[in-house]
Amino acid sequence: MMRLVVVLAVLMGVSGIPDVTISPPTASADTSAHPNSIPETADESEQIKARTEEGAEEDVMATGELNPNHYPARRAAQVVQHYLNTRYGSPFRLIGVQTVHSGNAEDVADSGRKYQLELSVNDIITNTTQTCSAELFFPKGKGQQPPEVKASLEELLKIDIKAQEEALYQKYKTNQTLMSAQYLPDSHGHIEPDMKPFWHLGILASSFIMLNESTENTLYNVAQVANITQLTTEEDHLEFDCHTLLHEVVSQEIIHWKMLFTWSPAEGVKVVQMKRLPHRHEREKSPKTN
Amino acid sequence: MRKLLAFAVLFVAVLGKETFNGLGNNDLSDVGFPVDIRVPVHQLKMVKRYLKAYDIQFSTMIKDLQVLLDEEQKAMESALAHVPEPRNTDNFDFSSYHNLSEIYSFQDMLVAENPNLVSKIVIGQSYEDRPLNVLKFSTGGTNRPAIWIDTGIHSREWVTQASGLWFAQKIVTDFGRDPKLTAVLNQMDIFLEIVTNPDGYAFTHTNSRMWRKTRKPNPGSLCVGVDPNRNWKAGFGGPGSSGNPCSQTYRGPRAQSESEVNSIVRFVNSHNIKAFISIHSYSQLLMFPYGYTRTPIKDYTELDNLAQKAVTDLASLYGTSYKFGSIINAIYQAGGGSIDWAYNQGIKYSYTFELRDTGRYGFLLPASEIIPTAQETWLALMTIMDHTLKNPY
Repeated sequence: MMRLVVVLAVLMGVSGIPDVTISPPTASADTSAHPNSIPETADESEQIKARTEEGAEEDVMATGELNPNHYPARRAAQVVQHYLNTRYGSPFRLIGVQTVHSGNAEDVADSGRKYQLELSVNDIITNTTQTCSAELFFPKGKGQQPPEVKASLEELLKIDIKAQEEALYQKYKTNQTLMSAQYLPDSHGHIEPDMKPFWHLGILASSFIMLNESTENTLYNVAQVANITQLTTEEDHLEFDCHTLLHEVVSQEIIHWKMLFTWSPAEGVKVVQMKRLPHRHEREKSPKTN
Repeated sequence: MRKLLAFAVLFVAVLGKETFNGLGNNDLSDVGFPVDIRVPVHQLKMVKRYLKAYDIQFSTMIKDLQVLLDEEQKAMESALAHVPEPRNTDNFDFSSYHNLSEIYSFQDMLVAENPNLVSKIVIGQSYEDRPLNVLKFSTGGTNRPAIWIDTGIHSREWVTQASGLWFAQKIVTDFGRDPKLTAVLNQMDIFLEIVTNPDGYAFTHTNSRMWRKTRKPNPGSLCVGVDPNRNWKAGFGGPGSSGNPCSQTYRGPRAQSESEVNSIVRFVNSHNIKAFISIHSYSQLLMFPYGYTRTPIKDYTELDNLAQKAVTDLASLYGTSYKFGSIINAIYQAGGGSIDWAYNQGIKYSYTFELRDTGRYGFLLPASEIIPTAQETWLALMTIMDHTLKNPY
């Protein structure tokens, strides 16, 4: 058989974008809609009187089987994410919600509301996924009571991060100058690679706050670690002062928190002190943020 | 033409098939030397099969020669034009975030480079007197049915303005090359407002990266700004917005009080808009009206199905997963929003996007994600535009 290396130049018609493969949709349509109902007209919408805005979120809480694509399931899943990070998070292990598969919500007498969720979470750093079952309870009543969460991780804990944790701990336990970093990430989304563990630590410490502050009417993310500064300590951990910006999606507010926290491979993150900082408009001058 | 010969072909003799359209301008080769051939698309499969059957190794040098020819043609035309055109949009870095003056310059350059397709319309002034620029992409006609796209109404959502820039370039590049887009532009206009809130955008560069609202002061309050996406006349004043000027969702003193909003209202009312798309970040959602009420829209099923198709097409590129649904179901109750207003004006295909990501970086999305975000979002936009074209009303 003749063997020639043949190189082809191919002429096709005017190139177009090849047909996109339709993969199975991940989101399902809302089957509880009523397409035949008559919508309000533009006139009627203008007649809506001003009602209390804060907290007039929903008239009826979603109960029974939850649509995984609607916000009640998403908000509950986010609370699970914060809980898992407080329990299992590390500078080298950060948990994120990937998908909610199914969920259920119900009222519990007069004391609150209970959720059950089946979700997939992933270790953001290694991009490893596992499924997770969670139970949540949002207490009703006066004062901001944090939700109670029951959830566990097994698969993701098998990923060995001990060596990295020890190396980080030793490096900063014995460094000559205390570390300090600002604006993680910066305005352009950039973080220096060796600062990433501190970004993660800021997120972990914030997770305690986000968990505490969460209700069915909130969805928290860390918008930015504005400042993280190492403090001297004689103890067997690293100590940090940290200022983070939380983004609360439902109100769209950016909320500033200051924290004092410690970390060691043995103990994980412990928040010693936390304080919410006043809103920018409550201070005279707007500080620059990058 | 010389380039064509260089790319195309050398020998054909090895196969001796008369269906081949080689330009045999070289002598016959020796055994053991590589051969270049040019294959018409309708013969591609057969040729590959033949080569494989005879164990002849091959690789593709150029997948689509026409693309190279088109690019060369464009370059030649440009070079021959008696007015040297600034080719600077070719040097524009879409993979980084730009400030306001860079964006304004880009808009002017794009118009200068593509005078037969692109024009700039100043639809109004911001509170601080900055121009509110809309790029019009049109192949002619008068008051054609049109697509409206806005990015950056909330200034901190930087990936949206950055994507808007990419969309502008994409339209110019793909017109005459991509059949779907060309079909849209042959009958419809596209209006693109890239920096819908320029005062806010400037402020995110100079003072506060997390600024969302306009920059209009509120009498009697220390707090500045109105949420431009709670200021529209649809469910205005109801739940899902705030009456407190210090709130991020402050609706303003009255509907359309913000010039950034009012300018769009006037523009839309004097044009023939058939699809209205407002682009935000973040959360990875594609939503349709309503946000101000749970009452489903009349066209719920059609818009829901189209949204499903659009997010599927979006996911096809990088696997990015979007959820979809009405605003009030997918994210939260929001009164006074732009697409609710647009829908109530009779613009059936009204959609809002929340782009990447789902909270890890949030508003501070790495610049390296701008282009992938824009690319995948474009697929969803094309799906919506294509449907709008094929379903006139």
